[in-house]
Amino acid sequence: MARVVVDVMLKPEILDPQGQAIVGACDRLGFKGVAQVRQGKRFEVEVDGEVDDAKLADVRRLAETLLANPVIEDFELRVE
Amino acid sequence: MAARVGVVTFPGSLDDRDAARALRIAGAIPVALWHGDADLRGVDAVVLPGGFSYGDYLRCGAIARFAPIMSELVPAARSGRLPVLGICNGFQILCESHLLPGALTRNSSRHFICRDQLLRVESTATAWTGDYHTGQEILIPLKSGEGSYVADPATLDELERDGRVVARYAGAAPNGAQRDIAGITNEHGNVVGLMPHPEHAVEALTGPSVDGLGFFTSLLAHLAAGPVPAAATAR
Repeated sequence: MARVVVDVMLKPEILDPQGQAIVGACDRLGFKGVAQVRQGKRFEVEVDGEVDDAKLADVRRLAETLLANPVIEDFELRVE
Repeated sequence: MAARVGVVTFPGSLDDRDAARALRIAGAIPVALWHGDADLRGVDAVVLPGGFSYGDYLRCGAIARFAPIMSELVPAARSGRLPVLGICNGFQILCESHLLPGALTRNSSRHFICRDQLLRVESTATAWTGDYHTGQEILIPLKSGEGSYVADPATLDELERDGRVVARYAGAAPNGAQRDIAGITNEHGNVVGLMPHPEHAVEALTGPSVDGLGFFTSLLAHLAAGPVPAAATAR
């Protein structure tokens, strides 16, 4: 088994109210100097056998079809 | 014969029964459709109701988009043949399905919003809004946590240029929606997505007004007018 990690983040121009709420909490908890937080998602995709180019291409297709909405989100893949 | 209009129930749909009731009050025969059946049962139009399909897992509407019923619905809707109204979660499903451009994101206020909301009807050139007049203000409930419409500036410009903004929030959008957009349509005018809930405003006893009924009576008038695509008659 091998693992492909897919990180999904809202595009920079899309407002992230969850991140803003976290910044607010940081301030209340005394964590000073936190200027901005953006919240994203991490998917761990386990695949059978070794990750070759074809499997990585499959996971990339999965990411752009289902895991991320390319209208509002960017994603990155890496093999772990 | 009265029009047969399907209402799709996904796991987590909430407003399917109210949508069916609104259709019945408007004079249509509501037909219950099940997300797991790749069968539209020959209906004349479809409502994708509000709620939290698949628990809003992943993203609102992201799983519902791939439900078996959608494999039948998407091509018929995309071709301009089948009128489809997506309300709230239904609007999110239509965007995830790429039947409508853009996306719906978390309210900028960080709060779930539940209130009666004044809208301004911007386009009557759709299968679902012909009974209104342009500029008409209507009061219907808004209840959503992820109702902020976003799209890139070029898409927003195109929607405005082509008269595809169906409704805007009167005053400022309470959820941060870009250009105060509450509802849009596709290039044929058969697919409409709307964040607020017309199906909850169809009779005096239970709604803030009966202003929502027009969406459903408009559909019946559109269907009665024959199989000409809305785009050909109205634009």
